[in-house]
Amino acid sequence: MTEALLSVENLHTQFRTEGGLVQAVDDVSFNIQAGETFALVGESGCGKSVTALSIMGLIPNPPGEITSGSIQFGGVDLLKLSSTEMRSIRGSKIGMIFQEPMSSLNPVLTIESQLAEPLKIHTGLSASAANDRAQELIDMVGIPDSKTRLKQYPHELSGGQRQRIMIAMAMACAPRLLIADEATTALDVTIQAQILDLMQEVTEKSGAALLIITHNLGIVARYADRVAVMYAGKLREVGDASDIYAASQHPYTVGLLRSVPRLDSEKGTPLSPIGGEIPDLTNLPGGCAFNPRCQWAVDRCSVEEPELIEISQGKQVACFEHASVSLNV
Amino acid sequence: MVGIITFTLVYVGPGDPAAIIAGDEATPEILEEIREDLGFNRPFPVQMGDWFWKLLQGDLGTSYFSRREITELITPRLQPTLSLGFQVVVLSTLIGISTGMLAAWKAGSRLDRNLMILAVLGFATPGFWLAFLTIWVFAVNLGWFPVIGYKPIQDGLIPHLHSMFLPVMVNSILASAFISRITRSAMLEVLREDYIRTARAKGASEFSVFIRHAFRPSAIPVATVIGASIAGLATGFVLTETIFAIPGLGRMLVDSIVRRDYPIIQALLMVVATVLIAVNLIVDILYAYIDPRIRY
Repeated sequence: MTEALLSVENLHTQFRTEGGLVQAVDDVSFNIQAGETFALVGESGCGKSVTALSIMGLIPNPPGEITSGSIQFGGVDLLKLSSTEMRSIRGSKIGMIFQEPMSSLNPVLTIESQLAEPLKIHTGLSASAANDRAQELIDMVGIPDSKTRLKQYPHELSGGQRQRIMIAMAMACAPRLLIADEATTALDVTIQAQILDLMQEVTEKSGAALLIITHNLGIVARYADRVAVMYAGKLREVGDASDIYAASQHPYTVGLLRSVPRLDSEKGTPLSPIGGEIPDLTNLPGGCAFNPRCQWAVDRCSVEEPELIEISQGKQVACFEHASVSLNV
Repeated sequence: MVGIITFTLVYVGPGDPAAIIAGDEATPEILEEIREDLGFNRPFPVQMGDWFWKLLQGDLGTSYFSRREITELITPRLQPTLSLGFQVVVLSTLIGISTGMLAAWKAGSRLDRNLMILAVLGFATPGFWLAFLTIWVFAVNLGWFPVIGYKPIQDGLIPHLHSMFLPVMVNSILASAFISRITRSAMLEVLREDYIRTARAKGASEFSVFIRHAFRPSAIPVATVIGASIAGLATGFVLTETIFAIPGLGRMLVDSIVRRDYPIIQALLMVVATVLIAVNLIVDILYAYIDPRIRY
């Protein structure tokens, strides 16, 4: 395999909160290859957004801080760059789309000025050339009547259109990696599919890799090449999307898959949600953080923390009992 | 509405202008004659109706004492007050917004804390006290500025500004304290918004994030406060003009109240009310300019 586009190694990011120190990202490592679609999955508060913000260098400090690890991107360690060097990568080599299309665009600036901004910052295009390019970008993301749209303000657009604008903005400088942090969560289902199709289309066209951060397993199944499942700040399972769906070997992933209705399941089969609650991050259970909710848990699980180990080509699992874990039990 | 309240308040207020005009040795006959002459003996609604009718025609009435048209009396008094008002609004806006932004930029730092301590002192300080203090320090002891002695703008801009410096500074410092605090808190609020994170994700510099992305959305509360501080100035000027002996409208109001010159008091209150309504209208129009989501 060629060298990865993005290689996150042993990333640790922590937050100081009133309740104590929270290890939001705890020893996370993964690779994203050029051009692939990689999904980071987990429930709310598991650290997936913090991972993305760590890559972008946008962890608010204080209270947050990246304490150790490295993030290799195109041969450089992003964590060693100065803030000015990092700024030249943000928006140019890595684009990012956020969860809330309603509040992620500046309400008092026109679409044109917001779209042209990354171009002016990173490419040195003249103002008029940047504005022309802005119009092309609107055409690219499939919003009709681009000329009128340029002069409008975000509140005059619908949620889906705003998210298209966000995509256009993130793709303006043809980045090599696009991060979509819950980019479709706030949209309704039909629009979700359109936005995801669009993201896949634009990244495929430009050869950019796509990092999808989501809690929606349906999205993962349809769009991702590879998947990493995160729980309580740690990666629990990494592998090819199809493989994870067919033969997950981590109890948490299995729990997630079982709690989603499937078209191919027999009529009348009840859904089985994961029991218990998400642990308090300031006070994690000992050993494997998932053990109190795990049906496969053995004595060892509450004492010892399982490492993320490679169990077959391209598949990593962090579970002592992975051999017996299966979707069909 | 403002007119009715103004007229009624002045009407029911204590004191008899006829007695003041006539002096100490007036006989009841003379007093009665003066009252008849000025129309005090007419019923209240008739007096008010008459006043309103003239007001609509741009006639503010006639002074009881000088017997001159009030519009004529007010005109020369406008310039000092307008000049003072304009300078204070410009200066306090500049000081208030720049210190507020500086404090927000360095939020949590020693600079931020010191600026905000100054701001708290600024609006806890009584205006008259600061006025006397500055007169004592800069005029009496240092002699840099005249204690009193207003120079109109016709004497040249520099002498005019020089003679106005202390009253302008006193009012600006007090007004800017409030503007500064509001600017700081509005900026800090906006800096937490999602679109600020988007701007950073585009690679915008901190300076651009601050000026281009954060300032305008936070300008609405700031504009409101500037409008409100102009209303506050209307009362502040009565004090300032009296202390610094500036022959403006505020001074005129005090003199007229002492003399029970009702038509002038009524006229000045109407002027102040008109100015305040105009300021509110301007602020509302500014809102629509600042924030494209606001349309009337």
